[in-house]
Order: sequence, then structure tokens, then C-alpha cells
Amino acid sequence: MENLIEIKAVRHSYRTASGPLPVLDGLELSVPEGGFVAVVGPSGCGKSTLTRLVAGLLIPDHGEVNVHGTRITAPRSNVGMAFQNPVLLEWRTILQNVLLPLEIVPSKLSKAEGEERARRLLALVGLEGFENKRPSELSGGMKQRASLCRALIHSPEVLILDEPFGALDAFTREDLWQIMHRVKAEEPFTGVLITHDLRESIFLADQVVVLSGRPAKTQFVLDIPDTGVRTLDHLYTPEAAAMLNTLRHQIEIAQGRVPAGAAA
Amino acid sequence: MKARQIYVPVLAVIVFLALWEALVWVMGWPNYKMASPSDLIPAYEKYWELFLIMGWQTLWRTVVGLLLAVIFGIALGMIMGFSRVMRDALYPLLVGFNAVPKATVVPIVALMFVGAHDFNTVLIAFMISFFPIAVSVSIGLSTLEPEYRDILRSLGASQATIFWKIALPKTLPEFFGALKVAVTLAFIGTNLMEIVSPHGRGLGALFDSGKTNSDYPLMFAVLIALAFLGIVLYYVVVALEKIFAGWADRTA
Repeated sequence: MENLIEIKAVRHSYRTASGPLPVLDGLELSVPEGGFVAVVGPSGCGKSTLTRLVAGLLIPDHGEVNVHGTRITAPRSNVGMAFQNPVLLEWRTILQNVLLPLEIVPSKLSKAEGEERARRLLALVGLEGFENKRPSELSGGMKQRASLCRALIHSPEVLILDEPFGALDAFTREDLWQIMHRVKAEEPFTGVLITHDLRESIFLADQVVVLSGRPAKTQFVLDIPDTGVRTLDHLYTPEAAAMLNTLRHQIEIAQGRVPAGAAA
Repeated sequence: MKARQIYVPVLAVIVFLALWEALVWVMGWPNYKMASPSDLIPAYEKYWELFLIMGWQTLWRTVVGLLLAVIFGIALGMIMGFSRVMRDALYPLLVGFNAVPKATVVPIVALMFVGAHDFNTVLIAFMISFFPIAVSVSIGLSTLEPEYRDILRSLGASQATIFWKIALPKTLPEFFGALKVAVTLAFIGTNLMEIVSPHGRGLGALFDSGKTNSDYPLMFAVLIALAFLGIVLYYVVVALEKIFAGWADRTA
């Protein structure tokens, strides 16, 4: 199957006052069309750098980042991004915020069609009736849902989520996980999710990639079996516990706390 | 606007004037020590035409100086906000320039452009008031969270689009905060020129002539007129802020 996102042997360093700081070295990642890959790893291992590479905001020193078989050399309009900080524009209503990408990306949608699509997305994430509110009137979880709609409004080929639920409380986070499944069913996308939460990774993604400590390389890949519709109950099955345990061991190796051989 | 927002400030002004009147009356001060509000009314009656003419001169020169300060301050703030190098280069110069007391600059400017009184006055009003605007715009732009930029950049937006859609509107609350400070400063600038280097124009000159003629109520009357103009201009800025940056107000 053709992979939509292909990251091959990527190496990247940041220039700092005390010389180059390598953040990625030997990163491999492929996401098939319609796939949803979660990337986990120790803090500061270069996960956010990865999202910037896929978005074309950063060009790697070595290696290739391909989307749809085309090498990425500059930002392209076919990605949607959402961050831990929802970065909504305070002076716009929620609806206007969601419509922002359509003002920049060349779109086939007319103004009315765009607005209708925005309203549909907002309804899909449960924000019906909040279209004309300002971001300051919304809770953290609601802002994050609006931010998700903004990332999807222009039907991007790739959705990049950089710890979007990281700042939310546990219950709100679980709400949003379920909303994500609903969104994916209605508005299929190819996604990369950066997260610190192992339960989140196995609940949302169909593949989990563990990055090593800095400089990060692809250390371990876990495929999550397709069990049909996932509910939160799935997280409390023995299968889920086994997967979480495997991932936790891999993170410990990535952190350098356990030698690689001891993981088995 | 609610009625309360009008009658509370008006009431406060009336209370203030009454206290002032009472203080002068209780202490038995002659008007060369401290004129009371009731002394000012004859001064306004006698010179009302001069107050209108000179008040207008002071006002328009202040507003022109302020407009120049806004244009120059925003431009300078943009340069410093977007470029680290320019920020490092310009900050010490700017702080040094701002630290020079403008009262000492007035005679220099007056000599430099002898006779160009309108120009000189506008220049001093401008010089004294652009600093807070430049600093606020530069801080507003340089503290823009990178995610805001990334959201638009990942869609292929140009720097200009990012500036118009995000950076500029996001800086507006800081800008209006600085503008409120700049309004007061601009009045100080205009009057410095009018008083230190009087040319027979503006409320500063009227103040000066009150001093020369020992007309103390006139001097106090000028001060109150200046305060009035300052309040008017301040509320113009508040109105503009409500229109352009009303979204930042969380009290509603």
C-alpha cells in the first residue's frame, strides 16, 4: 500500500551557541493513507521537530520527508495543525476562527459553503450553538475542539496533532478521545499524533511509534490490532494492559533507565 | 454606554471642584497663592475667545504630533519586533533618547528651526510621545507565540498575511494602552514648547501671559483648560480602543 507520509533516514540538528545540537538521527516513519500514527517518546526527544518537518516548516539536514511521493521543501497548504495551546484568535468568533484557513488556502468552497462546512464540523465536535462566541467564553476543552475544527476545515491531506489534549484534565481528555473517533469516522484523515499519554496513543492510533532519547531515532513500532469501534472499556482489557506495558518498557529504554536487552 | 458611566465621573468632578473651593475658602488663601474655581469663571468670561483660539492651536498641534508618533512608533516597533538584531541595535539608542529631558531639547529645537513655531511644537509633541508606542508594538510582536505563526505558515501564508491577520490585531490592546500614555505625554510636549519658547500661540502662551501680567486666576484657568483637552483626547482614544480592540475587554 502506498504510504502518504514517508520519512526516511532523517537527521537534523539545531544550531545553538555551543555548537550543533542533534535532535533527530535515524528517524523513520511511514503512515499509509487514512492511517493514524501516534508518536511517543521521552520529553525533549524531538517529537515537535517531527511535526514541523511534516508540515514543511523545517527542512531536515539529511534524509527525506515525502508526502504523497513529493519531497517536502516548503510549507504546503495540505496540512492541518493543532497544538497543546489552542491558539485561537481572541478577536474572532469561534466560527471565524474555524474559517481562518479558508482565507489563506485556495479553496473550491464558496463563502457560504465554507461556512456551512464549519458549522457542520463544529456540530460534529459538539460545539453547536457556540459559533458566535468568543474564545475567551469557552472552556479549555471546547477551545481545543474548535482548534481541531480549524485544522480540518480545508480538508487537509495530513492532520498533525502536537499534544492537543496535554493540558486538559483527565475526564475532558477522554471526552475528546471519543470525539476524535467520531470525527475520523465522518471526516477521514491521515494523522500524526504526538503525545505523552500511552493510553491515548493506543486508544486513538492504529500504530504507535516510540522514539529514542535525543538524538531521536525510531526505536520501536507497535501495531494496534483493529478491533472495530473502540470504547474506553477497551483500555481496561488484558490486551490493552499488555500493550501499555510493552510501550512503558520501551519508554524506559528510550530514557536510558533500562538497557535494551532487559525489555524482553 | 450606561447613564452611570456618565454621571459618576461628572459627579466626581463636581465633588473635586467643591472640595477645592472649600479648601481655598477655609484656608483663606489669596488668589495669587491658589485660585479657587469661582475665581476662574471671570477669567473664562473675559478671555473666552482666546481660550477657543489658543485651545484649538494647542489641540491640533498635539494631535498632529501624536499622529506622527503613532506612525513612526508603529514602524519602529515593527522593525524592532521582527528583527532581533535591530532590537539589540536600537534599544540603547531609544532609551538614551527617551532619557534626555525634553525641556532641555526645546531651546535646541527652537534655535534649529527658528520661527517655525508650529513645526517645532509638533516636533516636541512627537518626540516625547513616540517612545511608549514603539516599545509596546515591539514587545507585542516579539512575544507572539510561535504556534500562532506556525498555524498560518503551515498553510503557506506569507509574512505579510501573518502580520495583518495575527500579529497586528494581537498587538492592538498593548498599542492602545501605550496610546493612552502617549496622549498625556504629547500634551506635555506641546506645552513645553509653548511655555519655554512662547510664540504667542497655544494655551502655553496664554499661561505665560497670565504669569507676566500676574493674572493668577488666568494661569489656573489655563491649567484646567489643558486638563479638559487631555480628558477629551483620552476619551477619543478610549472610543477607538472600544471599536478596534473591544474584544480584549473581559469585564463585560
